[in-house]
Amino acid sequence: MNKKDEQISLKKKLKKGLSNTLKYLVAITIILIILYQYFPKQIFSSLVISKKYGIEMVTIFPAVLILMGLADVWIPKSLINKYLGKESGLKGILISIFLGTLPTGPLYIAFPIASELLVKKARLSNVMIFLGVWASLKIPQISVEIKFLGIKFAILRFIFTLISIILIGYLIEYIVNKKEVVS
Amino acid sequence: MVAISINLITIVLLIYTVFKDIKKAKKALVRAFIKAVNILPMLLVIIVMIGLIFGFIPPDLIKSYLGSDNNIIQIVLASLFGALTMIPSLVALPLAGSLIEAGASYTPVAAFITTLTMVGFVTLPIELKELGKKVTVLRNVFAFIFAVIIALLIGGLI
Repeated sequence: MNKKDEQISLKKKLKKGLSNTLKYLVAITIILIILYQYFPKQIFSSLVISKKYGIEMVTIFPAVLILMGLADVWIPKSLINKYLGKESGLKGILISIFLGTLPTGPLYIAFPIASELLVKKARLSNVMIFLGVWASLKIPQISVEIKFLGIKFAILRFIFTLISIILIGYLIEYIVNKKEVVS
Repeated sequence: MVAISINLITIVLLIYTVFKDIKKAKKALVRAFIKAVNILPMLLVIIVMIGLIFGFIPPDLIKSYLGSDNNIIQIVLASLFGALTMIPSLVALPLAGSLIEAGASYTPVAAFITTLTMVGFVTLPIELKELGKKVTVLRNVFAFIFAVIIALLIGGLI
């Protein structure tokens, strides 16, 4: 994509986001006003809680989003292509995990990267581990998790999810290879 | 604490980027802003929803539906909900936190968060196209099963 195209698509995204925000804002306000006629007390206490959570989100979300933006510009996607899939064994697992936790991009970007890696004969288990970590163990999101669910929850989920992802990676590789040998 | 440290880290990295390469810094900020605008509608809905949960649903009711541990139907339902919904996890985490504060137990919340991130129902078409049927089915089925196990483990240990 050349620079002009990219700018146009960014403008489109911005426009869409802003108009959606406006629509939702209007809809929510109308719903709240209607509800207020019937349940003034409940709506009042709802708004107090909403305000509390809104403030908590404002203290962390801008930083997380900027962090993701910075990661987008500093970490080239080619880095993942270059390092993932070459190494096997423990080193391969560690590289897959590290590249997956990088705070760049949503899951639908990771699928094309994964399929490209498979075409290049990267190990299936490593690609599966990379995908799993990319989807569920992103570093900036973990900070949000610590804030709203506590550090104990975040650590436990991180450890168990990581173990599961590695097991799933090897299970899939085992099943796929076995089937291919049979057929 | 978390908010302060993540803000500090971001500020340091941003200042570094500004001095190193002002174009990159601009680009990063533009991307962050666009991302922010795009999750804003969902964020508004979630903030209001959290308020309504506290305002309308008595804690006893939340406790009776989401409070008891080791209820396998409850865990499977929470896992299904996480697998099918398309809330960005950034926005889902505060919602999950509010449910805990309102009396839900950690087990169903862990199940919800785990499948939300590990099982991609909405991204299934892309995954099928890029990785093929076999890998996609295996990956999502295993992720679902492991999510239930993870939820039980977290619920038991926390």
